[in-house]
Amino acid sequence: MSTTATTRPGAALLLRAAALVAGVVAVVLGFQWVFDFLRDGEANRIVIVLVAIGVGVCGVFALFWAMDRVVSWLPERGAESVRPYVYIGPALVLLAVFLLYPVFNTVLASLKDGRGQEWVGLDNYEFVFTDESMLRSIRNTAAWIVVVPLVAVTVGLVFATLADRLRRGEALAKSLIFLPMAISFVGAAVTWRLIYSYRPAGFGSNIGLLNGIMIGLGRDPVPWLSERPWNNLLLIVIMIWMQTGFAMVVLSAAIKAIPGEIIEAARIDGANELQVFRRITIPSIRPTIAVVTTYMVINALKVFDIVFVMGNAESNETEVIAERMIRWFFISNHDGRGAAIAVVLFLAVIPVMVWNIRRFREQEAMR
Amino acid sequence: MSLAALPQPELEETRAPSADVVGVKRGGWFVRLTILAVVILWLIPAAGVLITSFRAEGDVDATGWWTAFAHPTSWTLENYRAVLDAGGFENALLNSLAVAVPATVMPVAVAAFAAYAFSWMDFRGRHVLFVVVVGLMVVPLQMALIPILRLFVDLDMQGTFLGVWLAHSAFGLSLATYLLRNYIGSLPSSIIESAKIDGADHFTIFWRLVVPLSVPALAAFAIFQFLWVWNDLLVAYVFLGGTRETRVVTIALANLVGGRGEDWHLLTSAAFVTMALPLVVFFSLQRYFVRGLTAGSVKG
Repeated sequence: MSTTATTRPGAALLLRAAALVAGVVAVVLGFQWVFDFLRDGEANRIVIVLVAIGVGVCGVFALFWAMDRVVSWLPERGAESVRPYVYIGPALVLLAVFLLYPVFNTVLASLKDGRGQEWVGLDNYEFVFTDESMLRSIRNTAAWIVVVPLVAVTVGLVFATLADRLRRGEALAKSLIFLPMAISFVGAAVTWRLIYSYRPAGFGSNIGLLNGIMIGLGRDPVPWLSERPWNNLLLIVIMIWMQTGFAMVVLSAAIKAIPGEIIEAARIDGANELQVFRRITIPSIRPTIAVVTTYMVINALKVFDIVFVMGNAESNETEVIAERMIRWFFISNHDGRGAAIAVVLFLAVIPVMVWNIRRFREQEAMR
Repeated sequence: MSLAALPQPELEETRAPSADVVGVKRGGWFVRLTILAVVILWLIPAAGVLITSFRAEGDVDATGWWTAFAHPTSWTLENYRAVLDAGGFENALLNSLAVAVPATVMPVAVAAFAAYAFSWMDFRGRHVLFVVVVGLMVVPLQMALIPILRLFVDLDMQGTFLGVWLAHSAFGLSLATYLLRNYIGSLPSSIIESAKIDGADHFTIFWRLVVPLSVPALAAFAIFQFLWVWNDLLVAYVFLGGTRETRVVTIALANLVGGRGEDWHLLTSAAFVTMALPLVVFFSLQRYFVRGLTAGSVKG
């Protein structure tokens, strides 16, 4: 709060400016020292980790507090018009540096050659849309963004509706479906290798569950992950397994929010359970279904870990767009092609976003 | 100004205990069987990992995990010891913690301040900036990796915790701001106004009033972000690196998978070590997660 600022404006302002500069210098030096310490390979790892956590957690609050104090030193009218920008400032700076700047940068890089030196026009884009492996990755990604949201949202919706009817154990049932959300993509890959594992005759016994079933049925084991094109579906199943819990939990909360009176009234009018589900439940939670579906589509579009860790994408023909991008950037070191793939990925999200903005507008118009 | 005297917004769930909800017809055997079938289907993969992680190396390789109960196998904790000792996992666990905790707190704090400003402060460009912030949600983070990597190398921030924190914060920020604005914006305007009349400045209102009232939403996003950061492979690999000194658990696990493709007994126990903490976080805080995330949106 600025109360003394008006008494002797000149001297007071000077004093404040000096204090401000001193404070900034002290903070910068302090950070320098701390981060030098964090980089010190010799120091005890546990101490480093604890200091890092402390600095990271306290730092962000200290930053906001200090900025708010600095703003309060300004003359009152100025302070109140600056303060909002101080509150949203860090968010805007982070987003501008980490998202907006890379978008422009990637677009430029996609027009250059592999080492980012010569302009090559649209050559990289030509590669994206002519290379056999790339075209396959686009087709496969299309399958991912259709199948994953469709199955995950449908199973999630049905499960949430049915779990709502359980007399006991609803929370437990829902927790168990949500459980795979807490597992990393890499952990999930390990998990699913125990299902899909295959060993040819003479290389040991088959310890994958699917081949265990095949053998139990008296058939020959199958190399599941190289069975084109169904191996794509087997990888998609992994993502469905991981993401259905999220859809189910969010949809379940929306279902609970439907007023019971509406459903009761429908029943009195003679609607059966299926009709209630189709005519009341689904229309009531349509906005939530849209949000969950959008989230699933964007996630499926970005999928890379599952394909990457399950391995041999090229020979198994299970490439997806994001996985190709990582390959070209980090393994083949061709920045231009990697960037062009990234731009294509970004453009692919735009229809989803347009649909969402239109939906938001409709929603606001209805309020 | 006494906080206790203020009207409390509806943060508690408004629905009645589910057994007595009007209009919900109780399910019979069909419902129970379907639920049971789906749950079992979902648990089979995880059960395989859990069982395999406790079996001796020779057994894992000789017979399928589903036979473990039928045949007498020697159960063992040796795999866990091997992973924690030889795999360099302790270091990775510490690194993961040092990455995940600040990378969870920072975006929540930054987004909460931004969400407060977007909801309760008046300034030029408020709507345009909010649309930009939310619109950036769709940028695939892979697109940002190379330019940021170059920037970090120039700034000498490559391979530092600060770099990874900032990257994770930025990537989670759009969603966080969007969700928190939804929630903070739906708090009753009467309490904010009366606090202003009582002479509270914005920082006080935010810190003493808005933050305590938004705990469910903040906790919900915090859990979500923690799960995401803890399970992340890509960001940590690119910005922190995959050396023994700096890698996080997901990278250590990926190396184990890549390096010894068929060491199932180690792979599975390593997988469970990485899952353990997220599972604890999830089970202890899941009530918030379910309730808070939807609290703002469902009410519309």
